[in-house]
Amino acid sequence: MTFPALTALTLLPVAAAAVLLLLPQSSSKLPRVIAAALSLLILACTLLLWVRFDHTSGALQFQERHAWIPALHVEYRLAIDGLGLIMLLLTAIVVPIGIAASWRTKKRSSLYFALVFLLQACMFGTFTALNFFHWFIFWELSLIPAFFLIRLWGGKLAGPAATQFLVYTMVGSVTMLLSFLAIYLATGTFDFIELAGRGDSFLPGVAANLGWQHVNPQHLALVLFAGVFLGFAVKVPLIPFHTWLPAAYSEAPSGVTAILTGAMSKMGVYGFLRILLPIFAPQIHKLQTPLLWISIATIVLSAFAALAQKDLKRIFAYSSINHLGYCLLAAFALVRTSDAALLPEQYAAFSGILLQVLSHAITAATIFWFISLLENRSAGTRLLTDFGGLRRIAPVFAGLMGIALFSSLGLPGLNGFPGEFLIFKGTFPLVPWAASISVLGLLITAVFILGVIQKVFTGPLQPERAVFPDLTSGERVSFAPVVALMFVLGLYPQLVLGALNSTVISYVHQLRF
Amino acid sequence: MTGLQAYLLLSSLLFAIGLAGALTRRNAILVLIGIELMLNAANINFIAFWHYGPATTYITGVMFAIFSISVAAAEAAVGLAIIVAAYRHSHTIDLDSMNSLKG
Amino acid sequence: MTWIVRYVCLIPALPMLAAGISALLPQRSRKPAAGLAIVSMAASFALALCAFAAALSNPSPQVFNFSWLQFGDQTLALGWLLDPLTAVMLVMVTFVGLLIFIYSTGYMEHDENFTRFFCFLALFAGGMLGVIIANSLLLLFMCWEIVGLTSYLLIGFWYQNPRAAAAAKKAFITTRIGDLGFLIGMVWLYAQAHTLLFYDSGRGALEAGAVSHLAVTTTIYGLTLSSAIGLLIFCGAMGKSGQVPLHVWLPDAMEGPTPVSALIHAATMVAAGVFLIARIYPLMSAHGVEVVTPTIALQVVTWVGAITALFGATVAVAQWDIKRILAYSTVSQLGYMMIGLGVGGPAVGMFHLITHAFFKALLFLGAGSVIHGCSGEQDIRRMGGLRKYMPLTFLTYGIGMLALSGFPLVVSGFWSKDAILYSAHHWSVSQLPFYIASLGALLTAFYMTRQVCYVFFGTLRLPGHGPVSHSEPDSEDTRHHGAGHPHESPAVMTAPLAILAFFAFALGFLGTPLWPWFQSFLNGDHSVAAEHEPGLVATMAASSVIALLGIFLGWLLYGRQSIATCEAPDVLERAQPQTFRVLHQAYFIDAIYDATFVRLTRWTAKLADLLDRFLFHGIVQAISFGVLGLAWVDSFVDNYVVNFGFDSSWRSISMGGRAMAALQGGRVQAYLRYIGLALVALVLYLLWGVAR
Repeated sequence: MTFPALTALTLLPVAAAAVLLLLPQSSSKLPRVIAAALSLLILACTLLLWVRFDHTSGALQFQERHAWIPALHVEYRLAIDGLGLIMLLLTAIVVPIGIAASWRTKKRSSLYFALVFLLQACMFGTFTALNFFHWFIFWELSLIPAFFLIRLWGGKLAGPAATQFLVYTMVGSVTMLLSFLAIYLATGTFDFIELAGRGDSFLPGVAANLGWQHVNPQHLALVLFAGVFLGFAVKVPLIPFHTWLPAAYSEAPSGVTAILTGAMSKMGVYGFLRILLPIFAPQIHKLQTPLLWISIATIVLSAFAALAQKDLKRIFAYSSINHLGYCLLAAFALVRTSDAALLPEQYAAFSGILLQVLSHAITAATIFWFISLLENRSAGTRLLTDFGGLRRIAPVFAGLMGIALFSSLGLPGLNGFPGEFLIFKGTFPLVPWAASISVLGLLITAVFILGVIQKVFTGPLQPERAVFPDLTSGERVSFAPVVALMFVLGLYPQLVLGALNSTVISYVHQLRF
Repeated sequence: MTGLQAYLLLSSLLFAIGLAGALTRRNAILVLIGIELMLNAANINFIAFWHYGPATTYITGVMFAIFSISVAAAEAAVGLAIIVAAYRHSHTIDLDSMNSLKG
Repeated sequence: MTWIVRYVCLIPALPMLAAGISALLPQRSRKPAAGLAIVSMAASFALALCAFAAALSNPSPQVFNFSWLQFGDQTLALGWLLDPLTAVMLVMVTFVGLLIFIYSTGYMEHDENFTRFFCFLALFAGGMLGVIIANSLLLLFMCWEIVGLTSYLLIGFWYQNPRAAAAAKKAFITTRIGDLGFLIGMVWLYAQAHTLLFYDSGRGALEAGAVSHLAVTTTIYGLTLSSAIGLLIFCGAMGKSGQVPLHVWLPDAMEGPTPVSALIHAATMVAAGVFLIARIYPLMSAHGVEVVTPTIALQVVTWVGAITALFGATVAVAQWDIKRILAYSTVSQLGYMMIGLGVGGPAVGMFHLITHAFFKALLFLGAGSVIHGCSGEQDIRRMGGLRKYMPLTFLTYGIGMLALSGFPLVVSGFWSKDAILYSAHHWSVSQLPFYIASLGALLTAFYMTRQVCYVFFGTLRLPGHGPVSHSEPDSEDTRHHGAGHPHESPAVMTAPLAILAFFAFALGFLGTPLWPWFQSFLNGDHSVAAEHEPGLVATMAASSVIALLGIFLGWLLYGRQSIATCEAPDVLERAQPQTFRVLHQAYFIDAIYDATFVRLTRWTAKLADLLDRFLFHGIVQAISFGVLGLAWVDSFVDNYVVNFGFDSSWRSISMGGRAMAALQGGRVQAYLRYIGLALVALVLYLLWGVAR
């Protein structure tokens, strides 16, 4: 039997959490060092997985398939293709960054880091599961460590923010659960691959299978689609289901925000790509215009809202919504046409989504890492008006954060650009009007990011900030690989795309509507 | 009136007197006397029916009566022992005041 | 292919490498940083000369393409190319850049961020050279953005000055607006031509196959695809090259150090837009088989250029800051280059670009020298009579001024501007650009004369000859030069001035009608034949008259009587104060933009925030209140209905039980009575029941 790599990978963070929980509660330095080391170990294992991944095949790899609950047609099925692989990779990269951003966590740090690892385990589980039952367990389970992380170590309004986050996401999950139960009752399977492979005819057949004769099957299919859509739309999030995010991201400790924005939001995107698009493609095709408008609103409105914020974390919370809006724009555009002439554009759009997801994870997590350093050095303040002229006394900090900020802006040469370019390149021929309106998001992003740079780093130095130490050598050493990665991915994205191309081709071909 | 009827009338009279005594008297000993009367009324019934019943060599009625008398004696002894114990406890044999088993 | 074509990528790579290394150097290693930058630039210049030689021998585009990334089964390729256009730009940028780098070692000597300065300069050079050699519109765009980044970093170099920081942000945002159009045009081109490579053995986007396809297909408003895409890409050029209405960042960019203004905002970066249009000229000029007039795209380019040329010239007349005059002059000249491109083709526009690069850089560096010598003063009203104190600067500046004004025959500016005027005169669509350009030329000569009179002639008006800085509070000159007479700048600053002056004079002779070497080279002709077009001499005469008239008018108003004091109003200001004010404020365009677009953006941001807080969050709040209400109802029902019902029912049971318990009095006789009664009742029942 082949080594169950995916199960092992999912259990590794659980083991790490156990190790951390066994540490004595009193020590404050030891947990973070151990957590950092373990997270890097997990990253190394994920990279090992990457290396072992067969780049030439778009099929599912590292598959583990065992019977689990035959009465419910629930199998224990794990596998990844390029999409899952990139999600695992970005989670493995983001967690060390989040741990580094939490370096100064004082109280109950071993519990904190243990919860972080549990969160990582749940995310790994979500990205590898192929059966709804199993997938849903991890999906819901991930909310618990996140809730506690926000609630117990967060800011003043952490309680309401955490509760809102939990309940809002759960509402979406409930509708998703109901839809899938209906599908299960109709088709007898929870397996994503099987459901995707059943062709576009099964959804209208759900009504017939359920025995609900008086319900219009097309309408029922749309209702089921709406249920599943809501679950993912809350997670990504899409406007108008996003109001939990600014509060949750700004009240959570910056390290947790780094992980939330870097990896947890990608769970929503993954859900769209793995579940919603393959299974519900005909419904998306029917509803394409409203869905495109939702993604345009997500891109443009969130950028404008970011411009109006004064709190650094809220700015980048909205920026996170904006960046993922591009992914959703491309995802909805993918279901535009079956015209073979537009296949290259669909390839480009999907490749762009994968690149953008990875690059946003790295960039956003790094920015929140920088914000955590800002908070630590400035006694907790995060308002734009509290800073100014920091470039004078902390030039290295300004330089490195500037690189991360420009990457977020989509400057060519850094990792933010290839994904965005491919998304626009793919989306424009498919839905020109949507792409043209969405470029406004690029402009407004530039406005608020430059505004951040202007208000934080340039201008006269505020007297309260006169003591602002620059990055220590340890911090410089930690930042160096991440910043280098930004350059590498910006200049040579083929490094990542090379592994994903086969998946891109097979995924696009699979979309049938 | 036949002989049997007269005896039955006597026993019912005795029973009624005994019942009235048992139900209404406050003194516990008098209640016991009433109960004795009732038992003896039943005895008279037994003998009467035995005597005026179909002639037989079996002295069934007499046996019943003897049984009944012995049981009545035993019961009277036990009853009196209870009354003495109750008197030792509460210094009265007034039945109206012995209601501690009230629900 | 020759080795140089393969290695032409080194030309931008070397400065970028220098930038990367200097970025890691600490602040105190000034000599290494400057040395790296200068050496890399010199090496790039040498390579550029080799490239030039290669292009001389083979004028057709030579390319080197490679695959950058793959998506699905498609490949996205990038590449670089070498053709005459590339070659001339390479030589110009590396040469002018090298001179300015050397100049900067003197100018920025006392600045504490010296190392960073050279790092950014080198990065800029790498980016700009990358734009030039790019054979792919995507690679061009990427280097274009890098150039924009370095412009941002360099304009905001004195970052503690809030005005500089704001100007840098304004530059980036304004150019990004243009870049949005560029991006859309780029993805559209990719979708239609299936490649972004310019030249790719016949498959390229600028080669016959793609261009003819794009030229015949029409899209919205009846535009051909080629024109539509060309216009979108022109949006990017408008941003970078400061065409109206995206010109507003250029004058504010003067907040940056003067070498930056010279290199980036005069000679090279702003020229990138012109270069871009020249590069995609086959696309912009492609028309379908039937149409003979110039394409819509080229017409738009011409008109925008004309408006910009006139705009810049009129505003420059009313400025007081020495650098702002030059900035608006640059705006105006960029308009000229666009006119040249639109009416005459790449050769005409590029010729002016090359000559302009030299004399504008010269003028800016000269202005820098003046500012340096006046210890930071930038207001021309506070200068005067400087020709006595700074003779070399005066001489070179004068040559630059004559070149810009188009003084007949001896300066390069005359020949390049004349070429534009000639082509405009022979434009088939309209003569209006010609008249606008001529008026602009008049104004150019006029305002340059005005500037020179104010600065170099007359009496010295520097207040107390001391360090007074009017508009550059953080200029390093004020910190390091104490009181004293204005002085000439050191050799490291004046030598580049001299070299540039020489070229400002000599370069023109490469493109005279008698020997139009430049034009032939760009057009790919091997033979250089003198032009014998009608009206050539007439145009030359006309442009000479215009230039001389402008200079004369300037001298008349400003040179005849020296300006007495700093506070004396300008002659024009006295005559027409309102008009002067409008011109001084550049037609209040900045204020208009602020009141409209900027305010609109702020309002939209606030609206988005309010939408979020009250509408979206409000709906969530409403739903949660609804749920809470349901919970309250549920709790109410629980407490008062269910509980109450339950409680009252057990109470009644309890009462019933109590009633039943009353039967048990504990009195034996009572029990006996009940037994007796029951017995009687039973007997009666049996008697009667049986009887019935």
